[in-house]
Amino acid sequence: MKYLSEYRDPALVEKYLNRLHKITTQDWTLMEVCGGQTHSLVKNGILEMLPEKIRMVHGPGCPVCVTPLNLIDKAVYLAEEKNVILCSFGDMLRVPGSERSLLEAKANGADVRILYSPLEAVKLAKENPDREVVFFAVGFETTAPANALSVIHAIRSGLTNYSILASHVLVPPAIDAVLSDPECLIQGFLAAGHVCTIMGLKEYYPLVEKFQVPIVATGFEPVDLLQGILMTVEQLEKGEAKLENQYTRMVNKEGNLPAQKMIRGVFGIADREWRGIGTIPNSGYEVRDEMANYDANKKFEVAIEKASECESCIAGQVLRGLKKPHECSQFAKGCTPSRPLGAPMVSSEGACAAYYHFANAGELEEELV
Amino acid sequence: MSPKMTLSCPMPKLDFDTITLGHGSGGLLTHKLLDAGVFNLLANDILDKQHDGAFLNLSGQVAMTTDSFVVSPIFFPGGNIGDLAVNGTVNDLAMCGAKPEYLSLAFIIEEGLSMNDFWEVLTSIKEAADRAGVKVVTGDTKVVDRGKGDQLFINTTGIGHILPHAAIDESRIEEGDCIILSGQMAQHGIAIMSIRDGLEFETAIETDSQCLNHLTSHLINAFGQDIKWMRDPTRGGVGTVLSELAKSTGLGIDLKQSMLPVDEQVEGACEMLGLDPLYVANEGLFIAIAKADRANEIIETMQAFPEGNHATIIGEVMTNHKGQVIMKSTIGGSRVVSMLPGEQLPRIC
Repeated sequence: MKYLSEYRDPALVEKYLNRLHKITTQDWTLMEVCGGQTHSLVKNGILEMLPEKIRMVHGPGCPVCVTPLNLIDKAVYLAEEKNVILCSFGDMLRVPGSERSLLEAKANGADVRILYSPLEAVKLAKENPDREVVFFAVGFETTAPANALSVIHAIRSGLTNYSILASHVLVPPAIDAVLSDPECLIQGFLAAGHVCTIMGLKEYYPLVEKFQVPIVATGFEPVDLLQGILMTVEQLEKGEAKLENQYTRMVNKEGNLPAQKMIRGVFGIADREWRGIGTIPNSGYEVRDEMANYDANKKFEVAIEKASECESCIAGQVLRGLKKPHECSQFAKGCTPSRPLGAPMVSSEGACAAYYHFANAGELEEELV
Repeated sequence: MSPKMTLSCPMPKLDFDTITLGHGSGGLLTHKLLDAGVFNLLANDILDKQHDGAFLNLSGQVAMTTDSFVVSPIFFPGGNIGDLAVNGTVNDLAMCGAKPEYLSLAFIIEEGLSMNDFWEVLTSIKEAADRAGVKVVTGDTKVVDRGKGDQLFINTTGIGHILPHAAIDESRIEEGDCIILSGQMAQHGIAIMSIRDGLEFETAIETDSQCLNHLTSHLINAFGQDIKWMRDPTRGGVGTVLSELAKSTGLGIDLKQSMLPVDEQVEGACEMLGLDPLYVANEGLFIAIAKADRANEIIETMQAFPEGNHATIIGEVMTNHKGQVIMKSTIGGSRVVSMLPGEQLPRIC
């Protein structure tokens, strides 16, 4: 397929791999920030093709995985108790809350709908003037413009029955948090190409400066990933720490300025809890106070008790890159995509689910059934 | 696409235009509906007796299967719930190495379904049954309250004699056998998805729903026991079917991603929606496992049929990596193909 097969070209992959094998002289630990990149690395069998000295650690870049438990509980509560039409992307529905997932709430009769675009939720609000419609707005900077646009559309249409439950997380503060962790082993980063497409590169210069690590904005296809890894390792081998851009077909320094303006129009920056990691300062978006009527968090007063996480789940360590999914004692045993203990096993971008689906795990579950 | 049957089978003049609870009562309204519509349209020597059950003459080995159809919406690009309900059951029999002969047909109708829609579904059933060469010999009609169903559900049960040379049995699969796919993957699931609420996108992708029994009968007559196993990868797609097979036989399966046939438009839609075509549903596709030395002849034979014109070898049966499907990716890496957890997309058939 045009614009896709070029980035899955076996000859190019081989060229980058050969070069990588040739230049790698010592052990390097890199982190790909985004779950989409993790998924592509595992799905295409890239991890096993890399030189042994290169270790990829899978970062916290799955927004579904890091959405806090009490926010999921809140979404379930709104759907079950407040008679709202609760809309979200498909992945979010299966993530376990403290008592149940949105999918289970749906099975119990709540009106939960899977949508592919927040604008569809605005349409639903127009069609159902006597019902409240809430869109569970999950994502990194990438999905923020579309979610902001849905609020702008709702305001323009004079809708009073639409709001979003925002769970937006931001990449640069997360990289800062990972690198500030004294246990951190990461020596170089592949930044998430789609996030940089929106936000540009400028937020990453201070990180390179502060921590002296190479960061390379990287795409998602096999050729992108291998080139991104190669660019990072080239820097490491030369003792450099620079910001580079592999994903030049999408990313420029400034990013998508109209999209950024749209984000700023609707969202302000706030501290945000990341499931399994804790609160990271200034790492999330929150609907601006003057638009509080469109913020489900403020519109519906819900006191949700803070629930505690499953104790045997090591999602936090996986998300911080301290452990690999299969190093968890519950991996593919007590925790599987059909009976997940933690979010990284649920989302298609979660590191545990990627390992489960594409590595040798299915049989372990079989033994237990 | 074949011309709409409604042209040749105009809807009878009825004194109602929507179906109500009374049409499922068994009383006068039921008779009006059946006499004016169903019996006339689907007429054959067995159904014409209008008894509660069908009298069939069966001897020898027979295959039987049943399937319920709850697809939403009931009309979709390239077909509707009616032809799907016929083709689905016909194909399940075909996969057993049987010649599909008789079908039962049971409707669960939500009150309020328009007679026009019901008639369109019925004519599709008639057309699909004629194309597959099967007779509808018995049936049932129930109507449920509004809100207790979703327009129309159909159950079909099918019976057919096993073909004399057929020997479909997964225990006959052995190392070296080749895995053949009859056509392009993922058409049906994407066709349904393209018209789902909240997702409509413009596309010319149509369901692949079609009967496969003429092609499978021909293959069995021509290659007999060298066709060892067949399955139509409906829900769960090709990935799930092969993963189940590897587990139940304890054999390994090697797949080559570069050999998997996917239409470019379907591939584009899958990329956009984040779906893996290996797990998207099909309704007119089958996997055949055959002796490797007959593979080329089999492919050539299949390609002569319209329903097999994209037939190709997609993989091989191995004895290493027992119980697992391993796919070689386009770029040369490899990964396990596991079963789909939950549904990628609900109510597609």
